[in-house]
Amino acid sequence: MNRAGSSAHFNLLARVLHWTMALAILAMLFVGVGMVASLSLRPTLVSLHRPLGIAILLLAAVRLANRLRHPPPALPADLPAIQKAAATASHILLYALMFAMPLVGWAMVSAGGYPVTMPGGFSLPAIAPHDPTVYAVLRTAHTWLALLLFAVVLMHLAAALYHAWIRRDGVFASMARGAGRHRSDIRS
Amino acid sequence: MLDSDPAAIPASRRRATLAWLAIALIVAAVALAFAWVGGWLGSSRLTSQRFTNAIETANGQVWRGFRRAHAKGVCVAGYFEGNGQGTALSSARLLAPVRTPFVGRLSIGGGSPYGLDARARVRSMALKLDSDDGQQWRMAMNSFPFFGVSSVEAFYEQTRANTPDPATGKPDPARQAAFAKAHPEFARFADWAAHAPWSTSWANTTFNGVDTFRFVNRAGNVRNVRWSMQPQTPFAGMTPEQREQADADYLAEDLAARLAKGELRWDMVVTLAQADDPVNPSQSWPEDRPRVTVGTVVVESSSAQATGACRDINYDPLVLPTGVEASDDPILAARSAVYSVSFNRREHDIASGEAGAATGHAATPESDR
Repeated sequence: MNRAGSSAHFNLLARVLHWTMALAILAMLFVGVGMVASLSLRPTLVSLHRPLGIAILLLAAVRLANRLRHPPPALPADLPAIQKAAATASHILLYALMFAMPLVGWAMVSAGGYPVTMPGGFSLPAIAPHDPTVYAVLRTAHTWLALLLFAVVLMHLAAALYHAWIRRDGVFASMARGAGRHRSDIRS
Repeated sequence: MLDSDPAAIPASRRRATLAWLAIALIVAAVALAFAWVGGWLGSSRLTSQRFTNAIETANGQVWRGFRRAHAKGVCVAGYFEGNGQGTALSSARLLAPVRTPFVGRLSIGGGSPYGLDARARVRSMALKLDSDDGQQWRMAMNSFPFFGVSSVEAFYEQTRANTPDPATGKPDPARQAAFAKAHPEFARFADWAAHAPWSTSWANTTFNGVDTFRFVNRAGNVRNVRWSMQPQTPFAGMTPEQREQADADYLAEDLAARLAKGELRWDMVVTLAQADDPVNPSQSWPEDRPRVTVGTVVVESSSAQATGACRDINYDPLVLPTGVEASDDPILAARSAVYSVSFNRREHDIASGEAGAATGHAATPESDR
C-alpha cells in the first residue's frame, strides 16, 4: 500500500488508538491506586475502573491486530543498539501489560467471588474459580503489574520526550501526526 | 558555518540541559501525583489501609484469616421470598414474588473470633442474594438502629479511642471520655448500648440496614430508603444474670437448636424517606415515615464459618442490583472501602497458610503483634 507513508509514520488507527489508550491507561492507573486508598471515592472509582479496564482489553486487541497488519516505522538507523533494544523490550512489555492487567483484574474479581459488574446491569462471566489462594495471588499480581506498568509508562514518556526534544529524530512525530500535508519532520 | 560560532555549542548544550531538566520534572511530577493519589505521601491522610490498621490495633492483635471486624459468626443459607410489594419502589428482581437463594452470615461485633456472645452489644446479619436474572445484592445489617457517629473521621476516632492500653489491656477511659465529649452525637448510641434490651437469640433480633440507599423503579422514579429485617420469632429478653451465665457460644448453639426444629424468618421492612430526610446513618428518620414489607428472609440451615460458604465472601453493602443504588451516605462508602481491605488481608492470610484456625485446619489461632 502506501509504503512511504507507513515507513515514516504510524497509520491513523494506530495513532488514534495510541493516544486514546495513553489517556485511558494513565487514568486507570490513577483510578486504581486512588480507589484502593480512598474511603469516600471507592464506589465511584470502582464503577469506572471495571468497564474502563474491559474497554482497554478490547482496544488492545484491535491495536495488536492493526500493528501486525501495519508494521510500525523503523527506528532511526543511527539510534544506538542499546536504545533500540530498550525500545523493543519496553514496547513488548507495554503490549503484554495492556492485555495482562485487565485479564488479571477480571480473574481476580472472579476469584474474590464478586460479580464482574458492567454498566447497564449485566455482569461478565467469572474467568477464575472463587478461591482464596487464587484471589490472593491475582490480587497481589494486579498491584505489582500495575506498578510495573506505571514504571514502563514513565520510561516510555521520558523516551518519547527525549526523541522529541533532544534527539529530534522524528520518532515522536511518527506517532504525533500523519505523513500527509505536514512539512517534513524536524528530522534534520 | 555554525561550527565557527563559539557561542553555538554552549547554546545547544544549554538547550539540551533544559530539555533533560524538563523531562525529569515531568516524569517526577507524574510519579509524585501517583504516589499522592495512592496515599503513600505522608501519613496524615486517612486511607482505607490506615483505617483497617486502626481496627487491627483496637482488636489487640491480628486474628489471621478472620474478618477484621465482626470476626465471630456462623454461615447460614436459605432464601428470600419477595411478596411483590416492593416492585413499585425498585426494579430489583429480588422484590418480585420469587424465591432468591442466599449465602448469609450471622455474627457478633468485635474483632476477636473468640469473643463472648453474651458480651457483644452488636449483632449482625449479612446476605449475598443471587437473583435468577444474574444480578447480585449484598447486604450487611446490624442490630443497632442508627450509627454511632456521623463521619468517617469520627468513626476512626472512635476506633482509636477503643484501642486497649498496652499497660492495662483495656481502653483508656480518659480517651473514651474525650472521644464522647468531642462527638456529642455519640451519646445517643451510648444510651442505646446501655439501655436497649438484649434478646436471647439471633432469631429474635432485628437487623437494620442503617445506611441509606436509593430505590429506582421501572419508571425511573428514585426514592431514598432504609430497611430492616424484623424477626417473626417473638422477642424474648435476657437478664444480666442470664447473660452472665450464658455459654461463650450460646448464639450459635441456640441457632442450631432452633433450625433443627424449623426455618427462621425475618420480614424485610423498607422505610421510605421524605424529600429532606438525612442520608447520614447517625440520624434517624421520623417514626411516621411509610413502611412497606417487601418480603421475607428465610434461614434454613447454619454451618461453621471456618468451612462454610460465607467465609470467602466480602459482604460489601455496595454490591447492588439494578434498581438499588448507593446514596451519598459517607459511612456507606467507607464501609465498602474498609471491608475490601479486610477481605484482601484475610484472603492473603488463608492463601499463605497462616490461617489454620480460620479455615478449620488448626485448633489454636495464629496471631501476631
